Amino acid sequence: MKFGILVNEGLYQHQASDTAYQFAKAAIEKGHQVPRVFFYHDGVYNSSRLTEPPQDDRNIVQRWQKLAKEHNIDLVVCVAAALRRGIKDENLAEGFRISGLGQLVEVGIQADRLVVFGD
Amino acid sequence: MTEATGGIDFEEESAGVVKKFMFVNRKAPYGTIYALEGLEVVLISAAFDQDVSLVFLDDGVYQIVKGQHTKAIDVKNFSPTYRALEGYDIEKLYVLKESLEERGLTVDDLLVDVEVLDAAGMARLMAEQDVVLSF
Repeated sequence: MKFGILVNEGLYQHQASDTAYQFAKAAIEKGHQVPRVFFYHDGVYNSSRLTEPPQDDRNIVQRWQKLAKEHNIDLVVCVAAALRRGIKDENLAEGFRISGLGQLVEVGIQADRLVVFGD
Repeated sequence: MTEATGGIDFEEESAGVVKKFMFVNRKAPYGTIYALEGLEVVLISAAFDQDVSLVFLDDGVYQIVKGQHTKAIDVKNFSPTYRALEGYDIEKLYVLKESLEERGLTVDDLLVDVEVLDAAGMARLMAEQDVVLSF
């Protein structure tokens, strides 16, 4: 099955990003596909390359990058939500790309399921 | 491969597909940004010619209450946008009966025409959807 994923919350503030990651990883391990993860609302902060968590904590940004690289996942950050929060190409982590909300609607149309993570 | 989709050939695959999209608005219009940014997704979805429904429940019913005045909190009153949805061919608006009643509201308090559904009716409508996005 093809799963689209929407992440709507900030990365360390809320568990949504962790759960979305675990879900994506588990789905892929079970043989499903995750063609795209879309980041919206405070979820756009998942893409900041300036993120530096304490060394004994998980690195959520790097974790997305690694999963995406290994499984060819399209990590898309909403441009309007990103600009509002100070995320731009100049501080965007590698492996993410900034694009429009059409990319979210498109994955909704294309995937078998769209799974939303957030409040 | 297409530039726009980062190498994933979605555009061709999705051409002509019409899915039932439901946007569930659950939060008050001000206090958090969910309602405002959620409405942005609704407007974009109109460009994809999908079968779009909007639902208002819980505090989400306050999003479409008449007479919103936001000057004192220095936040834009975006409620007129809901009245413009008709122009985007988004005409299926539903409100949960229980959410209205719990807040002492009636359809006369709302700035758009809606269909009022009880929880059982809402559950049936949700079960018919292909994609449910909740903000």
